[in-house]
Amino acid sequence: MQEVLYQLFGPNPELREIIGLTLVMSVLSTVISAAIGIPLGTWLGLTAFKGKKTWLKVNSTLMGLPPVLVGLLVFLLLSHSGPLGKLSLLFSLPAMVIAQVILISPIITGMTANLIALNANAINETCLGLGIRPGKKLVLVLQDFKRDYLLNILAGFGRSIAEVGAVQMVGGNIQYKTRVMTTAIMMETNMGQFEKALALGLVLLVIAFVVNFAVQSIRPRISND
Amino acid sequence: MRKLFLFLLMGVLLIAASGCQAQEVKKPIRMSTTTSVNDSGLMAYLQPEFEKETGYKLEITSAGTGAAIKKGETGDADILLVHAKSSEEAFIAQGFEEVRVPFMYNFFVIVGPADDPAGVKGSATAADAFKAIAAKGATFVTRGDKSGTNTAELKIWKDAGLAPDPATDTWYKNIGAGMGQALNTASELQAYTISDKATYLANKGNLEILLEDVADMKNTYSLIAISTKRFAETNIKGAEVFIDWIKTEKARDLIAKFGVDKYSQALFFNPD
Repeated sequence: MQEVLYQLFGPNPELREIIGLTLVMSVLSTVISAAIGIPLGTWLGLTAFKGKKTWLKVNSTLMGLPPVLVGLLVFLLLSHSGPLGKLSLLFSLPAMVIAQVILISPIITGMTANLIALNANAINETCLGLGIRPGKKLVLVLQDFKRDYLLNILAGFGRSIAEVGAVQMVGGNIQYKTRVMTTAIMMETNMGQFEKALALGLVLLVIAFVVNFAVQSIRPRISND
Repeated sequence: MRKLFLFLLMGVLLIAASGCQAQEVKKPIRMSTTTSVNDSGLMAYLQPEFEKETGYKLEITSAGTGAAIKKGETGDADILLVHAKSSEEAFIAQGFEEVRVPFMYNFFVIVGPADDPAGVKGSATAADAFKAIAAKGATFVTRGDKSGTNTAELKIWKDAGLAPDPATDTWYKNIGAGMGQALNTASELQAYTISDKATYLANKGNLEILLEDVADMKNTYSLIAISTKRFAETNIKGAEVFIDWIKTEKARDLIAKFGVDKYSQALFFNPD
């Protein structure tokens, strides 16, 4: 623990850079996934159409996608012998974000669809009574449910920051480039440095706690406006 | 009904008791090995033969040498199969070892892109090859996981009078991972790396052997039986049975033949 505290506050910026990269990766992945999942989930929750049940079932399966499988698929996709190899994205931050978006957007979509479906009748009736157009309805719902959305987004963030299988495979755990907290913990464990791994795990837990605390504390302000 | 129940209970207890006895006679041997030995498939090849002949069961876990040795320190292994002299000696100095025997050896190879941008081919020693890579600033993947291969790599850099730093030398990529992943990464980045030959042959990717069979790349594996002085429950008997078995003609023959049918060359060599 002492060693980790020294690395955290000492002159060597490596651990701070790892934490920074972890946050950049998780926030980017979560924001992109939310941009996909919130509108899609809201639309799925509000609208009745043929094949909706199948769509929801597929989505709930995707919510449980094994990270190693996603990691493998993205690896093969971005590999130099793969279809997108020309982009040279493997072992980079964008590769990690791509894998995470595939993992997280179904979660946000599914949770949002579920949340909105529970209130769909009331919303649809009110909008019908007031003569609100469907496009406008979506905007109103997005505004009205923002604090509930926030919890869904946080669930996605939690998955993102804690995920190790996919980011290890497509990020490659390259020091000073793609090493994040979870892959660093894995590495220390594999080296038999259990104390350091544990201390890094605690640091990760604290980061997750701080982010959740900060985001949740802005909720009352949102709900008042 | 009650009688029947008692009868059944006694039966179950008897079976359980006899099971325990059998276990006490031949407790499974917990072997902690390095990834290179396991990834090459050698242990999976030897295990059924050993189990058939001795009646012992082997439970193999694999990790980098650092972690593999750690399992000996925490009492989670009966026998270690590792290949990093300096870490082994530190381990032995702490009094964990009961017996240590040199097991087998092979050679590390330097692999890299076929066009060999740094001109590693034909170097007299691994140290010379590393000098050429550094001079060119050609991408090099280091495992950085304190494994036996990583320890050997660092020693070669030292012999070359160099100390590449991943923080400033961007061509030197530290990935903190096992051999298989290091080879995958090097293949993708078209980078150089150092590997044990067996793992490389099992996972070539887009890499070629550019340097081998030079004296400073000999790779010796050791077996270390964990002392019961540190952990009373250690299966020292099983560990010694394995050590004895590995010295038999049969086992030596199996090791010498390993991989020959697939790669037309031996991957591991018995000590003289």
